[in-house]
Amino acid sequence: MSVIYVLLTISVCVAIVFFAAFILSVKKGQYDDAYTPSVRILFEDELVEESNNENNQKSSQTN
Amino acid sequence: MDTCYHCGDSCLGTPVVFEEKKFCCEGCHAVYEIFQVHGLEAYYQREGSPGFSSVSASGKFDFLELPEIQEQLLEFDEGGVQLVELHISNIHCSSCIWLLENLHRLHPSIRNSQVDFPRKKVRITFDKEALSLKQLAELLARIGYPPTITLEDYQDKKVASDKGLYYKLGVAGFAFGNVMLLSFPEYFETQEFWLDQYKTFFRWLMFAFSLPVVFYAAQDYFIAAYNGLKSRYLNIDVPIALGIVTLFLRSTFDIVFDLGSGFFDSLTGLVFFLLVGRYFQQKTYAFLSFERDYKSYFPISVTRIGAEAGEEIVEIHKIKAGDRLLIRNQEIIAVDAILKSGKANIDYSFVTGESALVEKAAGDRVYAGGKQIGGVLEVEALKSVSQSYLTQLWSHSAFKHNKSTSFQSFTDAIGKRFTLVVLTIATLSAAFWLYFDSSQALNVFTAVLIIACPCAIALAAPFTLGNILRIFGRFGFYVKDSDTIERMAAVDTLVFDKTGTLTQTRGNQIHYEGEAVSGQQEILLSNTLRASNHPLSRELYALLKEHQIQTLDEIVEEPGRGISGTLEGATIKVGSATFVGHPDEDSAATAVHIAAGNNYKGRYVFQSSFRKGVSRLFKKLKKRYALVVLSGDKPSEKSRLQRLFPFEVPMFFNQKPEDKLEYVRTAQQHSRLMMIGDGLNDAGALAQSDVGVAITEDINVFTPACDAILSAENLSQLDKFLSLSRAARSIIHASFILSFCYNSIGLYFAVTGQLKPVIAAILMPLSSISIVVFTTLMVWATSRRLRFETKAATTEKPKTQGAAKPEYCSLNSIPQ
Repeated sequence: MSVIYVLLTISVCVAIVFFAAFILSVKKGQYDDAYTPSVRILFEDELVEESNNENNQKSSQTN
Repeated sequence: MDTCYHCGDSCLGTPVVFEEKKFCCEGCHAVYEIFQVHGLEAYYQREGSPGFSSVSASGKFDFLELPEIQEQLLEFDEGGVQLVELHISNIHCSSCIWLLENLHRLHPSIRNSQVDFPRKKVRITFDKEALSLKQLAELLARIGYPPTITLEDYQDKKVASDKGLYYKLGVAGFAFGNVMLLSFPEYFETQEFWLDQYKTFFRWLMFAFSLPVVFYAAQDYFIAAYNGLKSRYLNIDVPIALGIVTLFLRSTFDIVFDLGSGFFDSLTGLVFFLLVGRYFQQKTYAFLSFERDYKSYFPISVTRIGAEAGEEIVEIHKIKAGDRLLIRNQEIIAVDAILKSGKANIDYSFVTGESALVEKAAGDRVYAGGKQIGGVLEVEALKSVSQSYLTQLWSHSAFKHNKSTSFQSFTDAIGKRFTLVVLTIATLSAAFWLYFDSSQALNVFTAVLIIACPCAIALAAPFTLGNILRIFGRFGFYVKDSDTIERMAAVDTLVFDKTGTLTQTRGNQIHYEGEAVSGQQEILLSNTLRASNHPLSRELYALLKEHQIQTLDEIVEEPGRGISGTLEGATIKVGSATFVGHPDEDSAATAVHIAAGNNYKGRYVFQSSFRKGVSRLFKKLKKRYALVVLSGDKPSEKSRLQRLFPFEVPMFFNQKPEDKLEYVRTAQQHSRLMMIGDGLNDAGALAQSDVGVAITEDINVFTPACDAILSAENLSQLDKFLSLSRAARSIIHASFILSFCYNSIGLYFAVTGQLKPVIAAILMPLSSISIVVFTTLMVWATSRRLRFETKAATTEKPKTQGAAKPEYCSLNSIPQ
């Protein structure tokens, strides 16, 4: 049953990793502005879109 | 009528047509072209007419060339790369974010830009070789997003946002979860073989987890309790700190002597819940500032005319008496001065609340805070900025006292009695057990302190007030902090400013006095007005505009005096009394006079109109509160005000800023006051009153320092806001009773010496969660009963300032 020491160590380590990730995210300012990123992610890059369209047209021509 | 493709305003004159799209002015057209050249037309697809009309103001950003100002504003400046964070009050929708984050396509030297929407800020990294800070600001202004740079930004060093609470919440939550996991086995089975084997290890591990909770996450409670005791005052933090210390010592004692598993689960849970409450209470409005003083209104720099060097830009705190200054159109006069040359039309609405322009001639005195409308002025400073008439107000002691320290909150009032009761029960039961079974005495004493720890009481206020804060925010009433709601509940007198508070700042009531004008003359009149850009003509035109549009033969405008139009031999003159050749009898009223040919016809009188629902609001408020009106205006308005109210309301006129402050201070000796005002002239009274509410038609523009900001269209709901704040008190009291029930059950176990860790671990979260649910439901039910209404802004969208849209409203329409 001394495996319980190993298991506990692992579980605590995993918990500490998540804890550290949280602290790091606060430090990097992820919680300063919780709103704008949710809008930003919906913006499409129009230039990329155009080239995609061209690619699509090309590929449809070859097909 | 056509609306502008760029800014959405109606096109009053002939629209500028470009590529089959209509624009209200050349400015909007120019912005459209800028976007088109850089391939940013998608801006308009995100939202119909999202733009702002840009007003060109040359020289507005000249001060950004001063190295000392640059140094203060720039966050990073090395190797030719600069980083600046600018406040842009026009940011209001997803298109704004999109455009401002695509600035690098407008100018190659802009490397990167990032918008912080809630704070209405944009951070821009750029190469200074090709683009100076001033050019950047001008570029932003050209596309309709002029940055607002005030003395405050410039003088206050960047305040690091407080992340401490996040860290503490993280620590407490992390420890709470792990301790719960570790203590779980012992809740059910204590005699099991393997558990017996490992329990010491488990217990010391829990001890280790609780250390950062006690010594880091809970430190605020110890500090607050210590400060309370030092000033001989029992606040709610004293029993909390006592509970935490007892929990920790008792648990450590238990595991050292192998008496039990300790209460580490309850300890970490308690701190975690308390911190969650504290987090919830902190509803902040990042885009609003409650701390502004005159520095936000004043420019950073002015143009000084040197004796030999010609014009130069100087920071305003460097102005000395005797300096010659140049004041352009729309600029604020920063110091008391003597007008040397130019025709001054000064808008003192910031200072006095009086909206009519004041004319001054050379040799007259002009006061700081006035805004010049019209041509360029040359003035000679009489004093330095901080010694001017208006700015001296801020050296008054009213701006230094802290309102929350002089007010005892509901929770602290309870906390005092609570601590005494708990200590009495603990001592009595310990004494009882000392007599019967002395081995139990210490156990019982600590158990009482543990179970009576006022977690639920400490959570009741944060959750009630936090919820109310959010409800207020949804209906356009932005309150600085939860203390303000408690002070609102205690208010018994309401003091109103008149101009800008009870009356609207835009949208006048216009009525005609004089001879009737014929149909033909009216057509001529409206077409003449159409050609004029004067604000009064615009308003009058909007009233008469349903006439057919005709091209007049001749239009002559004399700036500052009036305009005359001629059609088929008939002439009409519109303007000031002297312009139409009529003696002015009543110069106090704002009026536009008309004459057809040489015959004086009559005048249109403009009166500021009262806000909707003011009369009804006063009737409702009268039942509970004493009402007072303080106005900077002349008493000529008194009869109009009295007609509005069917009862006697004390009114005071000709009140200067310090008179208002003094009135509030005197009245405070026997009552608690809420001051509702708008301009800088109310700033002193707002600071001195128990609750200062600044009212504004546009949430994005400046408001003086205050405790709460109320959007003007919601003024009629003020009675409901006050009722809800009073309801907060009864909700908090009800939840105290509820938590008292839990406490008595727990106390029964504690006093009889049967308190097991598992009972504490069940009771503590149960009471906390039920309090949270109870207060949330009660607040929700009360606000439903009060029937708050969502009011749309009734005034039309202001042209150059940010739109008075509620936050985030337009963000729902993001294209997918």
